[in-house]
Formats: sequence, C-alpha cells, structure tokens
Amino acid sequence: MTVSRKPPQAGIQIDGKAHAVDPSRNLLEVALELGYDLPYFCWHPALGSVGACRQCAVTQFKDENDTQGRVVMACMTPCADKTRFSLAHADAVSMREAVIELLMTNHPHDCPVCEEGGACHLQDMTVMTGHSYRRFRHAKRTHVNQDLGPFVGHEMNRCIACYRCVRFYREYAGGGDLNVFGAHHHVYFGRASDGMLESPFSGNLVEVCPTGVFTDRTYGESYTRKWDLQQAPGVCHHCALGCNIMPGERYGRIKRVENRYHGALNGYFLCDRGRYGYQYTNADDRPRRARLNDAPVAAEAAAAQLGEWVAQGRATGRVLGIGSPRASLEANHALRALVGDANFHRGIAAGEVACDDLLVQILRQTPARLASIREAESADAVLVLGEDLLATGARLALALRQSVRNVGFAMADAANVPRWQDHSVRLLAQETKSPLYILGPRATGLDDIARRFHRGRPADLARLAQEIVHLLDYTQPRAPGLDDDAIHLAHDIATALKTAQRPLIVAGTSLESTALLQEAANLCIALDKAGVAPSIALLPRAANSMGTALLGGGDTDAALARVEASEVDTLVVLESDLYRLAPGARVDAALARLRQLVVIDAVSTATTAKATLLLPAGSFAETDGTLVNHEGRAQRHFQVFVPGDTDIRESWRWLQQSAPAAGVDFGDTLDALIAQCAGANPALAGIVDAAPSARFRLAGSRIPRQSHRSSGRTAMHAHRDIHEPRPPQDADTPLAFSMEGARSGAPPAEIPIFWAPRWNSVQSVNKFQHEINGPLRGGDPGVLLLGREATAPYYARPAWQAAGTLEVVWLYELFGSEELSARGAAIATRVPAPYVVVHPDGAHGLAQGRRVECSSDGLRWMAELRLDETMAPGAAGVPRGLPGVPAVRAGAALRVEAA
Amino acid sequence: MTARTSPPGKPLTDRIRPEHPPYGLADYERHGGFQGLRAALKMAPQDVTGLIKAAGLRGRGGAGFPTGVKWGLVPMGAEAPKQKYIVANGDEMEPGTFKDRLLLEGDPLQFIEGMLIGGYAIGASVGYIFLRAEYVLAAERLRAAMRECRARHLLGRNVLGSGFDFELHLHTSAGRYICGEETALISSLEGKRAIPRAKPPFPATAGLFGKPTVVNNIETLCNVPHIVHYGADWFRGLSKCGDGGTKLYGASGKLRHPGAWELPMGTTVREILDEHAGGMRAGLKLRGFLPGGASTDFLTAEHLDLPMDFDSIAKAGSRMGTGTMIVLDDQTDVIGMVRNLQMFFARESCGWCTPCRDGLPWGEKILAGLHTGRGQPEDLDVLRQLTRWLGPGRTFCAHAPGAMEPLQSALKHFRVDFERAANRGVPITAAKTGAQT
Amino acid sequence: MLSAEELREIDTELGHYEQASAATIEALKIVQRHRGWVSDEAVADIAAKLGSSPADVDAVATFYNLIYRRPVGRHVIHVCDSVSCWIMGQPRLTELLKQRLGVDVGQTTGDGRFTLLPICCLGTCDRAPALMIGSDTHRDLESVDAARLDAILERYS
Ligand SMILES: Cc1cc2nc3c(=O)[nH]c(=O)nc-3n(C[C@H](O)[C@H](O)[C@H](O)COP(=O)(O)O)c2cc1C
Ligand code: SF4
Ligand code: FES
Repeated sequence: MTVSRKPPQAGIQIDGKAHAVDPSRNLLEVALELGYDLPYFCWHPALGSVGACRQCAVTQFKDENDTQGRVVMACMTPCADKTRFSLAHADAVSMREAVIELLMTNHPHDCPVCEEGGACHLQDMTVMTGHSYRRFRHAKRTHVNQDLGPFVGHEMNRCIACYRCVRFYREYAGGGDLNVFGAHHHVYFGRASDGMLESPFSGNLVEVCPTGVFTDRTYGESYTRKWDLQQAPGVCHHCALGCNIMPGERYGRIKRVENRYHGALNGYFLCDRGRYGYQYTNADDRPRRARLNDAPVAAEAAAAQLGEWVAQGRATGRVLGIGSPRASLEANHALRALVGDANFHRGIAAGEVACDDLLVQILRQTPARLASIREAESADAVLVLGEDLLATGARLALALRQSVRNVGFAMADAANVPRWQDHSVRLLAQETKSPLYILGPRATGLDDIARRFHRGRPADLARLAQEIVHLLDYTQPRAPGLDDDAIHLAHDIATALKTAQRPLIVAGTSLESTALLQEAANLCIALDKAGVAPSIALLPRAANSMGTALLGGGDTDAALARVEASEVDTLVVLESDLYRLAPGARVDAALARLRQLVVIDAVSTATTAKATLLLPAGSFAETDGTLVNHEGRAQRHFQVFVPGDTDIRESWRWLQQSAPAAGVDFGDTLDALIAQCAGANPALAGIVDAAPSARFRLAGSRIPRQSHRSSGRTAMHAHRDIHEPRPPQDADTPLAFSMEGARSGAPPAEIPIFWAPRWNSVQSVNKFQHEINGPLRGGDPGVLLLGREATAPYYARPAWQAAGTLEVVWLYELFGSEELSARGAAIATRVPAPYVVVHPDGAHGLAQGRRVECSSDGLRWMAELRLDETMAPGAAGVPRGLPGVPAVRAGAALRVEAA
Repeated sequence: MTARTSPPGKPLTDRIRPEHPPYGLADYERHGGFQGLRAALKMAPQDVTGLIKAAGLRGRGGAGFPTGVKWGLVPMGAEAPKQKYIVANGDEMEPGTFKDRLLLEGDPLQFIEGMLIGGYAIGASVGYIFLRAEYVLAAERLRAAMRECRARHLLGRNVLGSGFDFELHLHTSAGRYICGEETALISSLEGKRAIPRAKPPFPATAGLFGKPTVVNNIETLCNVPHIVHYGADWFRGLSKCGDGGTKLYGASGKLRHPGAWELPMGTTVREILDEHAGGMRAGLKLRGFLPGGASTDFLTAEHLDLPMDFDSIAKAGSRMGTGTMIVLDDQTDVIGMVRNLQMFFARESCGWCTPCRDGLPWGEKILAGLHTGRGQPEDLDVLRQLTRWLGPGRTFCAHAPGAMEPLQSALKHFRVDFERAANRGVPITAAKTGAQT
Repeated sequence: MLSAEELREIDTELGHYEQASAATIEALKIVQRHRGWVSDEAVADIAAKLGSSPADVDAVATFYNLIYRRPVGRHVIHVCDSVSCWIMGQPRLTELLKQRLGVDVGQTTGDGRFTLLPICCLGTCDRAPALMIGSDTHRDLESVDAARLDAILERYS
C-alpha cells in the first residue's frame, strides 16, 4: 500500500496519554508506531485493513463525559482529532481475549511439532491477550492438507481464517490459483486441487500467514527452531534489485531465507527466487577444498601459489583476471588490483558491457529521479520497455502491481475513504487501473494489469519508444516504418505519461539492446522538457552488475581474444563460468593455451572442472561484501557462519592472502580492502559508509548473530569434542558468531534478527520501523552511489533496418536463467528443459512441442519448439542461461530445423 | 383504462386472489395498475423521492430504514455517475418469514411497478431482482410478467414514451442466508462470495460494481406505486402509528390458523395472533414469540398488547424485523428451539469475521449439549459471554448480533429451563471415570 | 467441455452484467441444471469461459449451498430444518424420510434416485413442516405418515 503522510495534526488520547498523530491513519498502525502492543491478525502493513478478525478491539469514547465507550476495531478506526481511546478498558481487554479464545477453539494446539512454534504471531498474540485456558470441550473441525509444490507446506488445521493469505496472494500479488473455499467455520484456504503454487511470490505466504498453515518446505526438510538459527543481514544475490534477506544457519547449513525489511526496496516481500535460491549453498558438489592439479593442497600453499603466478604475470604482463557481476565489489577490486587495471575483465560479454556502461551513464545524466522499488509503487503511469520483469526483477513487478492501484487511491481520496480501507478502496476502483504499458518480445505475466502491450523485436520496441519521444517533443524525429496500430499506441502512451504526476520508465539490459536503453533515456529527457517529473528504473542483469560497471574493466570476449592470441600464461577467473559467457568450443580452445587456470568459485562449473588451481569460495552466506543494486545503492551483506573443516573462504580473502606473494598489500581486514577499493575508485568512494566498520560497538559490545535463546551450544559439537569450542572471531564486522552482546538499537544495516519482547514472529519488524511501512529506525540500509551529472542531450538513433531472418531474442525464466538459484534442489524442479519460442507464422510447418535443432553462429543445440502467438514475428525466443542452451549472441540469426 | 375511484384499504394484497394465478397486465391495469408509474414519470425524480419521504415509508426488510431517505442519498444531477442500479432484495431467508413470496407470487406486476418507480426516482436504468433460488413459482411468474411488460414498453428503452430507460434482470440466488444482507447481496450479485462490505462507502454512493445502488426489500417496493398514486397523506392514514402504510404480518407455530395478513401498521400482537391466527391450538399456551423473524428477541405473553410497529417493539427490547412472528408454545422445548435457531445462524455465517464464524458453532454445540442432557453449569457463562462478544459492533455485520437476539432474550425469559438443563449433565471427568469402571 | 446450449445460456447471462465474472453464479447454475452437479472439469471450463481462474470459480461454487460439487441423485430432497418447521415436527419428518429412503441426511440412495439434504426456511412457515423435491414444494407435512410420504416420493422416478 502506498502511504502518503500528512503531518501530525490530530490530538488523540490513548489511555489518558495525549499523542499528536496523522488523522488520515488508522489507530492500529498509529498505536503500534507509538509502541503500544495491540494484537491483530487480518491487518498487514502492506495489505491494509479489512476488519475481519476483530482482534484489534479498543474502546472509543464519544466525548469527555463518556465513561462507557464502545468497542471498535482499531484497524478500521481513523485517528480523528480529539478522539479518546482506551486499550486497557475492560470491554476491549475482554473482547481481545475472547477473539483469541474463539480462534483457538479449532486450533490443534500443536506448537511443539509446528515449524512456526516460537516464531508465531498467533502464539505472541495469545500470550499478549492473556488467554490461557481452553473451555471449548467439543470436537474440532479438521481439514485435509494439500501438496502445494516444493516451496510451501500446508497444514490447514492451524488456520485461524484471517484471510491474509488470499489477500496477499490474489489481491496483492495477482495470483489466480489460491483462494478461500467453503463458508462459515468450514472456510478452507488453498488451491482448487493439489498442485504447485503458480505465483512467483508464493513463499511470502510463509511470512504472511500468522500461524503455521503455510510453512517453508525447504526449511522443514531439516528443521531448526528459529531461536537456534544463526543469522546475519544478507542481500539477495539473484538479481540486480538488491532485496534484503535474512539467512539463517545451523550445523553449517543455511536452513532458510526470510525477508529482511527494507523500506525503499523489498518492504515485506521477496520473490521465490530470492527466498529459495539459497539451496545451492548446501549442494554436495560444491568445491570445499583447495586443489592443485586435481590434488588437495593446503590452503596457505594454494594462496601462495596464486600469489606466485600473479607475481610472475605482473612481471611479464602475461596474467589476466576475469571478475564477476555476481561477486562482491571487494573481490572484484582485489582481483583487478592484483592483475592490474589493463588486465582485468568484467566477467560479461561485450554486448552486456556496452549495455551496463550505457546504463550507468544514463542514470548519471538523466533528469529523472532514480526509482527505488518503493518509489515504483507510487508511480501513476508506467512504461516497461523490453523487460520481462517477473523473470528479470520480480520484486519490481510486484511493485508495479501496486502502482496500478494509484488511480484507485486517488478515487478513495476524493470519496474521503482512507487509503488503508483496503476493500473499500478496491470497491471504489473496481477495474480502473493506473496506466501500465508493456513493450516486449512476447507476453509477460504482468500483461493482465497492463492497459496495453505491444510485441516486437528490440529494434521495433525502440522505434515505438522513439515515436513516443517524438510525440512528447516534436523536435525529435518520428520513428520510421511504424504501422497505424503502433502509432496509435504511441499516442496513448505519450498522453498517459504526459498527464501523469509520477510517470515511471522501466527498462534494462536483458535484451542486450542499447537502442532500448537510449530510448528510455530519451523518454525521460522528453518528459522532463514537457514539464513532467519522470522517474526511471534501469535493470542490469546480475546482483553486482552495477558495482562491476562502476569498477570498470573489459569484457570476456576481449579477454578470450588475448588468451587465444597466446598472450596469457595465468588466467584467474573469479566466480564466473566462462562457458556461460562464450561458446564452449571457443572456451576450450582458449583454455588450452594457458599455462595455468586459477578458478575461485563457490559452485562447481564447467570452468572449475578445468582449473589448475581451484580455490573454494564462500557463497553469499559465508562471506561479507558489498553489492551495488540497480539504483546504485551500495549494500553490505554479512557472513552468516564460518564453514568448519573446509577451505572455503571469501573470494577476496583468497586474493588478499595471495597478495603478499604477489607483492601487493591489501591489509588484513575487510575494512582495509573496502577503504582501498573506495580510494582507488572515486565512483565507489561511498561504499565505506554502506555499513558501520568492524570497530563499531553497540554499548561497548558486538552485535550477536545468535538469539539470546540459542540453545545447544555446548552439545552441538559433542560428538567430536566435549569441550565447547571457542566461537569463531570476526575481525571484519561488528557482528559476533555467538549469542553474547548487545541487541537493541543495532544500526539498520547490521540487524541480524528482528525480535522484540513479546514479538517473536516476523511481525516484530514494526518495533524497528521509524513508521509503519516507512524506513527502519536510523534509515534504510545502503548508500546511493551515483552522482548526478549534467543532463545529457538526446541519444541519436541507429539507422533502422527492417526485419531480416529469424533473430535471437533472449527470454528469461525466474527459475533457470539465474545461475546460482537454479542449482538449488527445490528450484531445480521448476527449471524447464531448453526450448525455443517462435510465432506460429514463422514455424515453417513445425508443430508445437516438437524437438528441434537450433543453430546460430555455428552453435547447435536441441530444444523443444514452442509456438506462441504473442512472440514477436521475426524473433526466436531463446531462454537465457538454461542448462543446455549455449551462449549465443542476442540478435544473431537463428535456424530452427526438425531434429 | 379506468383508475379505481376509491383507494384500497389493503393496497398490497388488494389484487391478490389466493390459489389463483396473478393478474396479467391487462387485468392489472384494469385494477389500477401502472397508475403510480404513469404519475411518477410526469414528476421530477427528486419529487418522487420527496413523496416517499413524506409518506413515512420505512423499509420492510428488517431494519426499518426510511426508504425516501435512502433514495435521497443517491447522487443525482449532471455530476452524478451515469450508471446507477436499483436492486430488489427478494432473498427472504429469515426463518419464519414468508411475506415477500406472497407478494411476488400473487402480484408480480405491482412489484415491477414499484421497481420502475424506484429506478426512475434515483436515476437507475438497470434493476436486478435478487431472488432466492427456492422461489421457483415466484421466478416463473416474474419472468412472465417481465415479458409482458417488455412487450408493452413498460420495460426496456423509453418506458411508455417518457424517455426513461429501464432494464430489469432476474437473478436467482444459489443459497445462503447472508445474501440477504444488503452489502453481501451486492457481492453475490457481482458473482462473488457473499461477504458483507465495510461502510463507508455506502451502497448509495458505491454499491454494485462500484456504482450508486439502492437495495430495497420486495414489500417496501410494493408500497411505492400506491404512494405515488394515492399520495403520502393517504398512506399515512392507513397506519395506526407514526410510520405509514399497512404491513404484511405473519404468524407461524402451533396456532389454529397460521398465515399472513395485510393489516394497518401498528396492529397489536394480540389482534394478529388471536383474531387472525385464531389463537393457540387447543391445549397449548403461548410461552413466547419472536416478533419479526429468527433474528429478533423473544417477547412473552406480557407483550401481547403492544402495537407491531418499529418503535413499540424496539421499546420492549426486541425488533419488529420482518413482522412475521414465530410462536413458542408451552409444550415445545425452548432450548431445542434456541438450538435450532443457533444451528441456522452458525451454518449461515459467511465465515469472514471471527466472533461469528467461531462463536456461533460454539454456542450451537453448547445448546446441543444442553438439549441432549449433556449440559454443564459453565455452559451458561459461555452462552452469556457469547451474546456480548457477538453483539452489535463486535462483528463485521449484523448477522451474528441478529443471532444473539433470540439467545440473549431466551436466557433472560426462560432462565429456569436453561439452568435446569445446565445442571442435568454429567461433568466430563465423571463420565470418563464411569466409563473406565 | 461446455455444451453449445450451456454456452448460449451463459452468453445470455453475460449480457446482463457489466463484468463477466458477475455471471459466475449463473454459469454454475446453468451447468448444474444441465448435468445435475458441477464437476472439477466444469469449474475449469466455466473459468475459461469467464476469463477467471478455476480457483476463483470454485471459491464461489463452494460458498453457496445450492451448488453441488459432488454428484447428487436425480431428485434432491431439501427438508426445511428452520425454526417454524422444527416446531411443527421437522425432526419426525426427517426421520421418516431417512427410514423410507434408507439413507442419512447428506446421502444419496443406492439407485441414484434421491439425495437427502437439509435447507433453510423455505418461506412457507404457515404450512410447516415443508420440503422441496426438485422444484416442487410440499407443505403441511406435520402428520404425514409413511404411506403419504411414499405416495409423494413415487411421483419422482
Ligand atoms: C443477515 C441479514 C440478512 C438479511 N436478509 C434480508 C432479506 O432476506 N431480505 C431483505 O429484504 N432484507 C434482508 N436484510 C436487510 C437488508 O440488509 C437491508 O436492510 C434491506 O434489504 C433493505 O431494504 P429495505 O430498506 O427496503 O428494508 C438482512 C440483513 C441481515 C443483516
Ligand atoms: S457477522 Fe461476520 S462472519 Fe458473520 S456473516 Fe457478518 S461478516 Fe460474516
Ligand atoms: S486487525 Fe483489526 S480487525 Fe483484524
């Protein structure tokens, strides 16, 4: 829900205490913000109020003389000026206890075997109301559970019918396959029949549900109580949005990922890639030991060996480093500093480098505001240029689902209906939506809320955008070769954008089209000139694409060319699989020309299989580091646990440890490396402030990664050694790998656990927010890096070429296109086999579902043919990154033949 | 076509001939039909509303809200939304209530005329009849009447050449008492689960499909043509109390002649039960009665001389509701009756809000225990608490508070029965020990 | 697959509402009228026809007690079990029916002829107790005996 804040102007009283509050808000959110513990179920800060559960009862008094009062629902009651409320009034107290007693009549009371136990909103609220004795002595109603697929478990008997699941899943996230069935006390929340939940946001049910109906199946498979998890503030590595996560570990395994509230980014919700993508960190085939020539080697020796080779390379100029957009800034910087600027390459192909660099340039020079996810939610007209957001930046797609409600909020404002009155606002809005236009190569999962959409090859989409630019600013040339439909659409879009208060342009690098990015920039310039203040969100592909772009460096094509030219003895590959970046044969041939290939990675890939020296790197969960998201926000993620009995360590630490032998000095700590990285790259100077340094102390203490209820510390390792081991020491951050230390008041970037007295569930986050739905106390984590430069002139257009033969256009899968997440057991079940999509008109008689052989630039692979009316004619959709799909070039000609 | 000269004393049922099919259009018109509509079409819409206000017509669906006031809340004029709706509430599922069925089966055209005038007054060009599924005969007769009206330009474009367009659709329900609650009815008409809605916005400004909507009971609408035809003063004159008109009263239970009668508003309970229903069956005494359907508080013999009007019955601690009484005799088990009522309400809860969804089944289970000799003394505490927890303002809509009315009044008036039942049961622990030995 | 007749009837209903999903209940009733009950497959077909999801249609279908999501007998007997009928002897009527049909409430006779279900007040309280068989209402059953009940049931083959 988009919140507009009015300054406090209403004076209300709560139990005799005066408060100045915003009259447009409801009493429940205001009371929580003021620190009162008022129980609730059906209300959710992002979903608003519906008044179903009747849990948030308070007494409201008519006037000064009213002693009786009447019971009202706080979530449905505005804080009108001069209103007197009481939370402590006997009627309200007994009503709140009554509601719990009623809810519990059918509850199975199975907390000891329930995964939610100890982190359960229902438990918390039950204790809060004081209900403790069961008087209901009759038979309970019971339900049959459903198999909802690999992500979410289902135990309907625990349901208290708060309706939050369906409100989130259907109304907020637009899912069609979960609903409520039946009536009276036989209401059932689930699917029409067993089967996988289809929404890309299904995992949020686990957190949205206040009890243990929907649980995280991956967590349940090797379950640990919440209070026994060791946690650290994390940043999702599975796309460029940088959602904040809270991974939890026990016994050396990540057990689950939870949402970590960030007011400007993910808010309360993650996509399923982000929530379940962690499982690769537990894979059996991960590299865990350093290996030299396929034999184990001691870690110190391995680091020294790397240093030695680098030293030689530095002397001869025959060393090359390939970095990675999925690795931290620290690791990339260290590699670059080791091999030298000229010998550093970014770990992406030439086309992507061009796009990333352009993207950075645009964001620096655009007159538009750079939209965070939260800001995207408040846009009242949106144009998506080329991105299939549900696959390339899913959390942003969820924000756009909310953006189309803004016209409804405006209608509610006009009708004097508060914005938090969720169902009333929806009733007023009906099917009216703020304009959202989607231009892309084929249908997307957001089209259902789009006012109109348009399909074309990237070049066609860019032309349509050019026409819009022209309509906004007649000094700009018309686009060549558009048909009437397209011109009409351009008119519609231009009008919608021009008449909006907060128009938003969304584009990205996924189609590897610089033309599209340029038109996105041009649109912002034109809107700005037209007197409308636009905002823009440009999505690069990977978690740290933006960081590596700011760091700079060449592309892998250039790197491979140097290797092919036998200019390189030592190639150091950091967290990159070259086989995903270039055709396999080319990589094979190149690698054969090396003296030694050093690979540092957290996963086993075709590249690690060729390594002379393999250094096992920590995953996001085993490392600290800094990532820069799509809006240029540098965010630090923290090591969750120290993997015992392996050689696994941060990539940057391998490089740091090899530096002395190479004659380079990075210092010993993360802070030293960060300082160096910031010093060496003016664009990155701000990263030092992304989080407090290792010296930071809270009331003289470290911040514990374990909860104060953490148990079994002396028993966990007893099978090996009955003496309690000393917890690992953390020289790099102010966090401690133990339960000792100070908790309350941790800086927002370094909160490892959301917990507050009486609030054991995820709902405790309200105790950490400056205002409900607003920023965390102390501000949302991260530092915005992109400095603004003078507004650029319009980008010029490339000459237009009509469609030729079938050309490769990248398509994306939420599960499969991103390398790391696709390796997890649960997500792997959802990765499709290779396919190719063409418009039926371009199928040359080949039938839907048929096995075909694709060929492009001499590469050949097998795929299943999918005929799709919505695919742009002239384009062949190739799912990027799926196992079995080679690294072809976007825009290359493709042939599809019967296999 | 001659309008009748003297206005009828029982306008609603004047044209109804029991055991006969209703009048067709020609006969209906011969008996004064469509005079109200013709008069209304010559008036400004707001004046029609003003007339209904002046007549003191209060809604006959149970809540007794003044009909003219309700119509007056609908935005009118050039600024108002173009699309507006009028909806007739023909859900009639309140146990003990059987008046709307009579009107629809007996004189469907009278109702259609009322609907047309209502639509005209609020500027609605589309009307829906929300009819409960079981009223098969009523549906048939409505369809036939609508066909005739359409053929005679009384429905459709340009009604009687007046420039007023009005389409009428019959929607038959698929069950569930909660559909009678006006906002739940709107949800149901939109093809959704019949879940009530929060107010504001009120249906008059944002109802069906978000458009201004008036929901009126069938009987309410049936009064409208007569008011327009014969005037507000005439209508007020029909009544024995401050509210205008006649009322279709009914009575069921072990009476000599249960039935329904159109009588002046404010006729006493005694007159209805003794004169019209013939009094109790031989050998039975009246123990209590629900004055206006299942969701009203019990009254007892001491209330027999009350006039049946909204205010008098409210003063006695109950509600006139639908005006159809259910009589409890001295041979019928009051706990069984209350149990039956609570079973109904529990089964018909929509399941949206906690107190109703989970409280009603608890109450029903306790009453079942009391009814079958398994009661326990604590049961009465829980029942009394439920009447508070499920009371007005505590639940999302008026369904559960309605359910509590007979329960709370039964606990008051028939306390002895409940206490006896509560002490008859064997405590669970003792029962267990008994089973083991 | 919905039949042409069903589709035609649904299309007529669609014309009565400004939103397609508003015809959901009507569509369910149409299908039920033709087939006796609404199967999972029919739910999916209706969803496809109305442009909503099977879950959304089923959420509606399962809410209303007169939509049958399981097969029923050729004739559904709805016995009013609300208060006026209860006072006038509905429990006895139900017992008698159970005995004559040899099924419990909620069940269908072995020959697939009758399904016995309870129903809310039929709005004929002055002639209680009452029941409906299909679309026929039978009233004044206070002193009904086996013979008269059998005679009524015989009319439904
Ligand atoms: C649970 C519940 C059931 C109701 N059932 C009906 C009904 O079946 N018929 C009816 O006319 N009104 C019923 N009402 C009253 C309606 O909400 C509404 O007040 C009425 O239809 C308005 O019409 P009127 O103003 O003409 O009385 C019911 C109310 C509640 C709370
Ligand atoms: S009181 Fe609550 S659960 Fe009951 S019918 Fe009304 S909204 Fe539904
Ligand atoms: S939180 Fe207020 S009624 Fe549910």
